Amino acid sequence: MTLSVSQMTLAILPEILLVVLVGVLIVISMIKRDKCNQVLGCITAGGFILAIVSAFLFAMPKAEPALIWGDMLRLDSATFVFRMIFLFGAALTAIFSCTEDSIRCRPEFYMMLVFSTLGMSLMASSSDIIMLFLAIETASIPLYVMAGIKIKEEKSVEAGLKYFLFGGMSSAIMVYGFSLIYGFSGTTHLYDIAQGVIAHQVPIAGVVVAIVLVLAGFAFKISAAPFHFWAPDVYEGSPTSVTGFLSTVSKAAGFAALIRILMILFHADGGVVWQALIASLAVASMFTGNLIAIPQKNIKRMLAYSSIAQAGYILVGLASHSNLGFSSAIYYLMAYLVTNLALFAIVGWVGRKTGSEDVSAFAGLSKRSPGLALAMLIGLLSLGGIPPFGGFFAKLLVFGAAVESGWAWLAIVGVINSVIGLYYYLRVLKVMYVDEPVENTPLKIKEPLWLVGLILCLVLVVVMGVVLTPWFGISNWATIGF
Amino acid sequence: MTFLSIPILAWLILIPVLGGLLLLLIPGKKVALLRWSALGISLIPLVMAVVLWVNYQPKADALFQFEMNIPWFAAINSNIHFGIDGISLVMVLLTALLTPLAILTSFNIKVNVKAFMVLFLLLETGILGVFVSLDLLVFFLFWEIGLVPMYFLINLWGGEKRNYASLKFIIFTIGGSLGLLLAIQMIGVVTGTFDFVEILIAWPALQSGTLFGLPLETVKAIAFWAFVIAFAIKVPVWPFHTWLPDAHTEAPTGGSMILAGVLLKLGAYGFLRLVLPLFPVESAKYAGWLAVLAVAAIVFGALSAASQKDFKRLVAYSSINHMGFVILAVAAAAWAGGSTDPAIRQSSVIAANGAVLQMFNHGLSAAGMFFLVGVLYDRAHTRMLDKFGGLFAIVPTYGAILIFLSMASLGLPGLNGFVSEFMIVRGVWPIFMLLTAISMVGLLFTGVYVVKALKLVLQGPFNETWAGKISEINLRELFVIVPLMILILSIGVWPSWILNIINQTVMRWF
Amino acid sequence: MTFPFLSVLILLPLLAGVILLLLPAGKRGLIRGIALGVSLITFAISVYLFAAYDKDLAGYQFVEQMQWLPALGISYHLGVDGFSLPLELLAGIVVLCGVMVSWKVEDRPREFFAFIMFLASSVFGVFASLDLFLLFFFFELAVFPKYLMIVMWGSPKTKEYGGMKLTLYLFFGSVVALVGVLAIYFTSGLQTFNLLELEQAGFGLAVQKLWFPFIFIGFGVLGGLFPFHSWAPDGHVAAPTAVSMLLAGVEMKVGAFAALRAGLMLLPDGMQFWAPLVLILATINVVYGAFIAMIQTDFKYVIGFSSVSHMGLVFIGFATLTPEGLTGAGLQMFSHGIMTALFFAVVGMVYDRAHTRNMAELGGLAKHMPLAMIGFVVGGLVSMGMPGFSGFVAEIPIYMGAWKTMPLVAIISVISIVVTAAYILLVVRRVFFGETPEPIRAGLSDISVMDKIVVVGLSLLMILIGLIPSLLVPMIQGGVSHILSLVGGA
Repeated sequence: MTLSVSQMTLAILPEILLVVLVGVLIVISMIKRDKCNQVLGCITAGGFILAIVSAFLFAMPKAEPALIWGDMLRLDSATFVFRMIFLFGAALTAIFSCTEDSIRCRPEFYMMLVFSTLGMSLMASSSDIIMLFLAIETASIPLYVMAGIKIKEEKSVEAGLKYFLFGGMSSAIMVYGFSLIYGFSGTTHLYDIAQGVIAHQVPIAGVVVAIVLVLAGFAFKISAAPFHFWAPDVYEGSPTSVTGFLSTVSKAAGFAALIRILMILFHADGGVVWQALIASLAVASMFTGNLIAIPQKNIKRMLAYSSIAQAGYILVGLASHSNLGFSSAIYYLMAYLVTNLALFAIVGWVGRKTGSEDVSAFAGLSKRSPGLALAMLIGLLSLGGIPPFGGFFAKLLVFGAAVESGWAWLAIVGVINSVIGLYYYLRVLKVMYVDEPVENTPLKIKEPLWLVGLILCLVLVVVMGVVLTPWFGISNWATIGF
Repeated sequence: MTFLSIPILAWLILIPVLGGLLLLLIPGKKVALLRWSALGISLIPLVMAVVLWVNYQPKADALFQFEMNIPWFAAINSNIHFGIDGISLVMVLLTALLTPLAILTSFNIKVNVKAFMVLFLLLETGILGVFVSLDLLVFFLFWEIGLVPMYFLINLWGGEKRNYASLKFIIFTIGGSLGLLLAIQMIGVVTGTFDFVEILIAWPALQSGTLFGLPLETVKAIAFWAFVIAFAIKVPVWPFHTWLPDAHTEAPTGGSMILAGVLLKLGAYGFLRLVLPLFPVESAKYAGWLAVLAVAAIVFGALSAASQKDFKRLVAYSSINHMGFVILAVAAAAWAGGSTDPAIRQSSVIAANGAVLQMFNHGLSAAGMFFLVGVLYDRAHTRMLDKFGGLFAIVPTYGAILIFLSMASLGLPGLNGFVSEFMIVRGVWPIFMLLTAISMVGLLFTGVYVVKALKLVLQGPFNETWAGKISEINLRELFVIVPLMILILSIGVWPSWILNIINQTVMRWF
Repeated sequence: MTFPFLSVLILLPLLAGVILLLLPAGKRGLIRGIALGVSLITFAISVYLFAAYDKDLAGYQFVEQMQWLPALGISYHLGVDGFSLPLELLAGIVVLCGVMVSWKVEDRPREFFAFIMFLASSVFGVFASLDLFLLFFFFELAVFPKYLMIVMWGSPKTKEYGGMKLTLYLFFGSVVALVGVLAIYFTSGLQTFNLLELEQAGFGLAVQKLWFPFIFIGFGVLGGLFPFHSWAPDGHVAAPTAVSMLLAGVEMKVGAFAALRAGLMLLPDGMQFWAPLVLILATINVVYGAFIAMIQTDFKYVIGFSSVSHMGLVFIGFATLTPEGLTGAGLQMFSHGIMTALFFAVVGMVYDRAHTRNMAELGGLAKHMPLAMIGFVVGGLVSMGMPGFSGFVAEIPIYMGAWKTMPLVAIISVISIVVTAAYILLVVRRVFFGETPEPIRAGLSDISVMDKIVVVGLSLLMILIGLIPSLLVPMIQGGVSHILSLVGGA
């Protein structure tokens, strides 16, 4: 279905608004050079929300997915849903970052945030290999900067540099894979590649090599083992709001593109090869993440490894290669987004107030701030897969998808890992509720906007665990759109 | 018979336990009130037992009288089915008689009187329940109910070695009843009901085939032995008797009276009521062995008694000795069940009669003996025979009563023991001649230990340590012992008032 | 419209728990009042449901159904039958008793009572669920209250180990069962989690044989099935009194019940195939549990292991697939629940005063706490299967079922009776009689009024059932006949 130029412009209105937002930020940064306030974060968040609204109003996909802008982008339900996810996550990140002293006065930070989100939005809607690669880089490079933005702190700089090097290398690998695919199929348009590969009667080995290379690149993005080595250091060193953004929105973007590629690109191949590959990635991620999380003392590192494991669970859904599998992955991503954002927000806040990012900083939190401890509890239990939180239903869906496709053993590996995961989540709970606090002064939350963001996340965690129909509907709708 | 539309047997069982619950409401300090209330409550079943006795018709056709049958655990076909015949009536009377006497004896308990009395009444319910039950599961229920109060009676109010004695008692008995439980379950599963009357017809009728993958004879033999062991522990049959001396010796006097007087009879009753009628073939087959064990009990029991230094322990062993006669007669009746010779049948009927009468008689005399030992212990605080001597001089009335009861225990003609022992010997002689002869030796040794005990306690030079320390038997104690003495004498002289009732039933069963 | 009793029963404690967490910590009176009030209401509802259930009609009653996620066939579907209703009553009783014995908790009562409310909601929910997803949802809901309650208020030395072991073990069992549940969901092809429809689904024999162990044993872990029972003694002992009561008294029944609903009833041929194994494992439970209980020196561990032993009888009853066996299992779940709640309550009363559970350091407590002693003795008699008490009427049908299926099981299990008698009597003597050692004398006092009500109430209940089994049996039989109808046809 072809659209007119005006319709196509409306279709990318959110992205256009984001560019405008960057401009606004540049202007503000030039005007209010010395005064530092929460305005920047709020403006950014406001901009994101505006983008969300505009998407609802103008960029809703029609019944038929449409290719736009020279077949580079595709406007379908998947695009829409993921755009919402990214924009929402970015808005929350902007709000949470308002309390982080080292970054809230820096307009560059917010500009990078918007750019990155823009890139991710394009990643989700790309229907062309080149566009996809461009989008990935647009999304990643600002992230490298954001990770290392605290130039006075060694760890942050190290994180940024490491991320940049790893990221650059994996991008290179991925683009090589892409080039092979172009060579085999003769086209860069995602939706034509499958036929191209068949038509050219490409030997299976070549296709497999290409798949592996591409997967490696994506596995880096989503911090799946064994391409996860950058994650713990980067998560630990980055400013905590960036960590939150990285672990949720960035991961979601990687998955969005990966799902699209998996669904349409290697279909003709006979799914089993890459299904097995994805399954091995899943198993490796789950075990690596969960087992290495256990001895961690720094909570950001622990959550980093936990994110690796969570990526593994989502990969289980992908490995099933079924509609249920993909929509379960999307559901998981949504629940995981709000959960992890909330957790990192709390971690950041506690880290600033106590000056330590160790798990022991949380000791006796239930006495010092019962509300925060409860919020941590909700987040950790959701990650662990306990009802009535969203993580429970999400895990149920991914494992169900695995069982449905006949990969029950994968589900079993998954549930075993859930148990391992629960161990270290419960340990944090114990520290909060049982251990004696270092100082017994109560902790009061003085930032109302931050609190609103946190409560919103937690409410969504619970809602996604109880009111299932709308979210499941959205996930299904997105899956069909691919 | 019903009262307020509740059958009399139900009242019989309920009164002691309900009375016990009432006692719980009385404050623990009002010791006198507790004692007399307990006594009063325990007299009611006695009255009812007499009423039953009077209204019982020995020659009626029905197997059981005063029957009642109310649904209880319908899912497995078990009902509260009560009824009595001559044998159980005699036992009911014995229980109902001994309990108030034991309570009266226990007026000298000073510690925790309330708990003691409540447990005692509970015990009475349990024992009475066993005797009137005609449903195997209900039988087992009351059988077990009788155990726990006795455990606590020994454990809390007993002598020095009471912990050991009570634990041994209950573990032995529960161990035995495990087999009973299994066998009852098995019978319930196979016949589809727990009702004794129905099983009586159905179970022996099962003659061939396989059950649970085993041939029927094997299954029946297993059930038979399970029953036998459970009852043999209770009686007790040698060699399952080892719990008895400790339990009887360490129990408080009232407890010993009930233990020896009634509880042991539960085992013998089990043999007569359940083992022989349900397993006629197996009983006949193994009767000889049972008889041998019975004679062992008679002889070894007497020899052991003769060597005892503790008076109470001596009496305990004498129980083993006397119950041996009961079992001997049971064995004879069992054996004779497999025979058609009318002379043998008649002998077995006589033996069975003797067994039941011996149960009653021993109940009286054992209770009396333990009581008298207790009387002495209350005053002297020792039971060691060699510490006494020449007590007749200072307590002549007690001495006379002691002699009377010892003679009853011995089987002196004119007293009750003679009648039952004679009947047993007369009945068993044609069946197990050699064994009867050996048991006569046992009888001789019975005489030995009885006379020895009397001599050590009453005769000989007066032991100066006791001068002024031992008072004469008092009025309360006389109230306990005199009824026993009257009954002992009356059965000895004119036994037909009781034998009539027993005989009609025995003839029907054996 | 009929009043949604079951929803209120389940959701009221959940709501109460949330409200409690939001109250200021200082308002102890209000907190306790709310907890007691809610538990009284749930108790009243459970009694009402019990009385109002139409035994002649049988089947599932008080049914409520609402769509939840139609795309996957998940609905909010509640109902009770003759088998689950006594368990709801049990839960109502034990929750109330748990709240009452915890009246004097001083450390953070707000969180304590809130978590009890969550736990209560979870158990009420599992028993009433007629949707497999919903059942699992409520099943898992209990995980975090259990963990937190043990590590926050449990015995100081072992609470962290006991709590973590219990939680992870149980979570593991439940997720293994989850895989099985998902498997049969997809195999049925019915796209529904509705238990009533799944019961009739008629799965193939191979499917049943494969997935039955996952589901039955997965849930059976919470029931304490050997060899997956070792969480129970450590966990129960580490827990505070009310939690031990709820854990052993009700939670273990949740496990057995879920094994029944999701395992036996949905995959009856699978049960039949695996029955010999289950019988053997459960027999080991019964005998091993009793023997191990006998050698313990901590008298809470004695009770902990005795629970393992008694739950074995429930599984034996299930595996016999006979009317007697199943009826007995239903009775045993109720009877044991009450009994073990009473036991742990008394243990708690002793510990609160003597501050030790080592039997060598206790003695002569009957003088100071006579009613507690009587309660313990009554519990002990039930434990031994003494006739006249509920334990006997529960065990007899189970044994009879065992006779019909595998007689050796009955013969071996019976050994546990005498072993139980031995250790119960020894414990009673060591703890309650004899001399009171000097170190503990200072703290000894009689139990409070609330405690007394609990002890007397629970004891009377067990005697009542023991003497008049027809109070419970017909109702359970109704449920049993439905269960057996599923077995016969397949």
